[in-house]
Amino acid sequence: MVAPRHLAALLLLLLAVATVAGEDEGPRGRRLLVLLDDLSVRSSHSAFFGSLQARGFDLDFRLADDPKLSLHRYGQYLYDGLVLFAPSTPRFGGSVDQNAVLEFIDAGHDMILAADSTASDLIRGIATECGVDFDEDQEAMVIDHINYAVMDVEGDHTLIAGDDLIQSDVILGSKKIEAPILFRGIGHAANPSNGLVLKVLSASPSAYSANPKTKLGSPPSLTGSAISLVSVMQARNNARVLISGSLDLFSNRFLKSGVQKVGSKTRHERAGNEQFVTETSKWVFHMRGHLKAVSVKHHKVGETNEPGMYRINDDLEYSVEIYEWSGTSWKPYVADDVQVQFYMMSPYVLKTLSTDKKGLYSTSFKVPDVYGVFQFKVEYQRLGYTCLSFTKQIPVRPYRHNEYERFIASAYPYYTASFSTMGAFFMFSFVYLYHK
Amino acid sequence: MAEPEVSSAAAGGGGRLRNAFGGVLCAFALLLIGVLAFSIRLFSVIKYESVIHEFDPYFNFRVTQFLSKNGIYEFWNWFDDRTWYPLGRVIGGTVYPGLTLTAGTIWWLLNSLNIPLSVETVCVFTAPIFSANASWATYLLTKEAKGTGAGLMAAAILAMVPSYISRSVAGSYDNEAVAIFALIFTFYLYVKTLNTGSLFYATLNALSYFYMVCSWGGYTFIINLIPMHVLLCIVTGRYSSRLYIAYAPLVILGTLLAALVPVVGFNAVMTSEHFASFLVFIILHVVALVYYIKGLLTPRLFKVAMTLVISVGLAVCFAVVAILVALVASSPTKGWSGRSLSLLDPTYASKYIPIIASVSEHQPPTWPSYFMDINVLAFLIPAGIISCFLPLSDASSFMVLYLVTAVYFSGVMVRLMLVLAPAACILSGIALSEVFGVLTRSMKTHLSKLFDDSPAASGDSSPESSSSSVNTDSTKSENRTEKTETAPKEKPSKKNRKKKEVAESVPVKPKKEKRLLVLPFELSVMGILLLIVLGGFYVVHCVWAAAEAYSAPSIVLTSRSRDGMHVFDDFREAYAWLSHNTDVDDKVASWWDYGYQTTAMANRTVIVDNNTWNNTHIATVGTAMSSPEKAAWEIFNSLDVKYILVVFGGLVGYPSDDINKFLWMVRIGGGVFPHIKEPDYLRDGQYRVDAQATPTMLNCLMYKLCYYRFVETDGKGFDKVRGYEIGKKHFKLTHFEEVFTTHHWMVRIYKLKPQRNRVRGKLKKLKSNAKTSPALAAGRKKNPWQ
Repeated sequence: MVAPRHLAALLLLLLAVATVAGEDEGPRGRRLLVLLDDLSVRSSHSAFFGSLQARGFDLDFRLADDPKLSLHRYGQYLYDGLVLFAPSTPRFGGSVDQNAVLEFIDAGHDMILAADSTASDLIRGIATECGVDFDEDQEAMVIDHINYAVMDVEGDHTLIAGDDLIQSDVILGSKKIEAPILFRGIGHAANPSNGLVLKVLSASPSAYSANPKTKLGSPPSLTGSAISLVSVMQARNNARVLISGSLDLFSNRFLKSGVQKVGSKTRHERAGNEQFVTETSKWVFHMRGHLKAVSVKHHKVGETNEPGMYRINDDLEYSVEIYEWSGTSWKPYVADDVQVQFYMMSPYVLKTLSTDKKGLYSTSFKVPDVYGVFQFKVEYQRLGYTCLSFTKQIPVRPYRHNEYERFIASAYPYYTASFSTMGAFFMFSFVYLYHK
Repeated sequence: MAEPEVSSAAAGGGGRLRNAFGGVLCAFALLLIGVLAFSIRLFSVIKYESVIHEFDPYFNFRVTQFLSKNGIYEFWNWFDDRTWYPLGRVIGGTVYPGLTLTAGTIWWLLNSLNIPLSVETVCVFTAPIFSANASWATYLLTKEAKGTGAGLMAAAILAMVPSYISRSVAGSYDNEAVAIFALIFTFYLYVKTLNTGSLFYATLNALSYFYMVCSWGGYTFIINLIPMHVLLCIVTGRYSSRLYIAYAPLVILGTLLAALVPVVGFNAVMTSEHFASFLVFIILHVVALVYYIKGLLTPRLFKVAMTLVISVGLAVCFAVVAILVALVASSPTKGWSGRSLSLLDPTYASKYIPIIASVSEHQPPTWPSYFMDINVLAFLIPAGIISCFLPLSDASSFMVLYLVTAVYFSGVMVRLMLVLAPAACILSGIALSEVFGVLTRSMKTHLSKLFDDSPAASGDSSPESSSSSVNTDSTKSENRTEKTETAPKEKPSKKNRKKKEVAESVPVKPKKEKRLLVLPFELSVMGILLLIVLGGFYVVHCVWAAAEAYSAPSIVLTSRSRDGMHVFDDFREAYAWLSHNTDVDDKVASWWDYGYQTTAMANRTVIVDNNTWNNTHIATVGTAMSSPEKAAWEIFNSLDVKYILVVFGGLVGYPSDDINKFLWMVRIGGGVFPHIKEPDYLRDGQYRVDAQATPTMLNCLMYKLCYYRFVETDGKGFDKVRGYEIGKKHFKLTHFEEVFTTHHWMVRIYKLKPQRNRVRGKLKKLKSNAKTSPALAAGRKKNPWQ
């Protein structure tokens, strides 16, 4: 069972090495499927697509209701990522449906999903399955009477200049996004208890979600900064999904236009959209923030071979190499908060690993005075990074019978006692038997 | 055994020849008894196959395999990381190594003789071999007490006593298999030492005791019974130097040797089970001192000294008792451990310690089980006791004491019936041989009267009658002559007496017979015939018990129906599935009954097993089994469990399945985790899984795992064991998935589903369907870290 799988993996690896010819292989492939409502989006959003293509992705543009649409063939997925720019499509063509998309994600693939006020139940359903709830009111849009963009001053204040971004260099890139981000679309909410979803772009406290064309009857269900405009979800298998309530966010018009927020003096020549969509798409397609741990090693101090079992109170060294994918190659990951646990139902040892800045993390510690089946356990979860979680099982045995001290200093009175008794008994017997 | 008889034959050439003939006959009979003991235990191999039986033997087998592969030092230091995950178990320090070492030695010996037997074969046949040994040891022990005839009788009875067969059929590779032999042999050596006063036998006795300590926890029976007997001898004024030699070396050497066994260690001097022996050891020395002083002083002076010592001694005793009482009263448990309480009060364990009470062999036996296990012996025992009192010797008083204590302990738990069986056999052997002696003798006198020429018949009675005066003297004085006798001189005379123990009563008996009017000829013939019929019944019962009741290996079950015999081999099917389809390091959770088998047959790590050393760990599994699905998933996930194995008999009517054991899981789990409450699982105090069952019961994991998809079998969900339709028929599992169910649904294996990859949003209207198409499952990328 195990061997063939390994063999297959080895063959795949060989194949990959042959094709890539020495180049580092990233965590994700570069084939993207772009699903569109109509092909005009291809040109209206060409800047975004162009930036993806510039980064080496192969884009396959299809209409969402293309009857030949298929995500996989012969059990193999045809694409490594999905850009779902088809908010209004009621159902996909071909063999693709909601479950197919979700299975695609569960198989470890990434997706960008953009909706707008025409979002269909299908798109809303996919978003819900990813932990994001669009406003249930089909007509609702996000309205903000205070933080709207000036170029839309006469309108209904649905063109929002958002600048409440998540504080994460990993997701948004190290360069700060100065300009506000133009947004027009529907808002969504994420359950705060859901640790997998992050709000990347939140609405301002003055925003609310309602139908702009009618008078507000009842209080809106979504208000203030609880509204998320753009969210990302990183599933437990590290598949990443970006969900935006606005398809226009990615459009050439928003990418190119200037922006001035109401009440703000500064006018930015370019809206923050271009930088935002570029950086977030980098993150979504695993060009940043993807960690891998390799060559997990442990051995006794002074030895190099990995033992099958430790003894209590052994001194051991543990090391692991952690790299981050930079988009082109694996770079050493540098952090000072990677910890290893020596774990048996609860952590007996918890040590922070020290790094040599070249990717190698190591530490040494003494095995506790408890025997059992332990695990070296690293659970490294940081905002924006893929979840590193790996364990290595190792039993710890008690002392062998000949590993104890043979002569204990405190036992010398007993040794003396027994030997003197033996001697005395011998003498007594001798005297008793031969004394006449 | 033949030689001493020959050498001790004081009579003429004819008598010597006769004795030699008797010796050969006796040896031949013993050989046949050995063959009988061995072959009556082979039913299981013939009817089923040569496999290890049940639960514990699988562990012993695995340990033996390890021993034969890695050698004795590795075995001694074996830390097993495949059981009791994640705690592990130090096997070397927690097993009684006697059985393993015995089988390992046999295997090694055979292999070095170029007889290539597998370890399993050796293990399977260890028990029958040792039951042959045990019957020979019984012969020796009984011979020490009542002579050769009784010995042969007892050996023959023991060779086929059902109680012993139940633990020693081929394949039942458990500690008791060798321990019963060790027990009887230790008793034999003790009685032998007591009779001869030889230090040689005393040393052998200590070694035999050591073997017993190595083999079985029941050694505490020896180390309590022998002190009791010594005390009895002292109290009845039978103190002698032989008693001292029989006892003192045993305590000192035996305790030292016992402390060498890792599992006993310091327990040999620190636990209450061993205190009796030390106390009696002190008493024995005091008594010895008293006898010594008595010899030095005049009776008058002795009396004075006596009163002085007794008054001082009483004062000291009172002081000590007062201190002890104060100490005991100050401790919260009043100084009694649960274990000793359960010995004194047989119902203690079942009331307060569920993990002990949950094992069926720890329950007190029922009356029918006495008849099942020792059959007619139950009626012969009283006769044996009576004949032990005519005349009462050290050896026969030991037999009586052994029987009485064994009867008591067998009343505590079924398992200790095994200790009763040898005592019952010995006393029945004595009784039968006495009765046969009386009947044949009266027949013989009738015949000799009838034919009036008695050269042949009286040929052996004449030396007896000639030596009758000597013998009667010795019988009368034998209880009192201990102080004057010396060992070397005693030997032949003892042999003499032993040999003629039966015949010895001839000179006495004729008098009695004359007084009782010798049994009429017809009556004796009738009596003998009746006894033979009785013996026949016994043999028939034993053979039936060996063939039908006790030879099922319990891993393979059979049932007979109209269309022939059905074989249920589900257990091995399930274990084979596990070993072929799961990863080597995967953890399998099940109720502890199946732990040993899973490690031995499937070679997978288990959470708990039949060595119930950690109550909390077992309670954790019990709690998980009695929790609802999600809570159970969390418990199992925290223990890194991948698979769960449940045994379900509802489809084929296999009654000892997990649903029937489930209340114990609840009790044991609730004992540690109080949120599990037994009444939640009972409807009006009744345990049921039909429509009347409580919601807690119907939602617990065990119910769900057992009855998942059960309704699909017959459309109604009719449970054949419980005899009704189950309560909840259609349900889905959310955190577990069924991966394997055996042919007869007896074993069902489930896998823990991984945590959901995504967390859903709130919207309810969208029904998610997490089904994955099988084609994709294979192509799915794995987590890159694994």
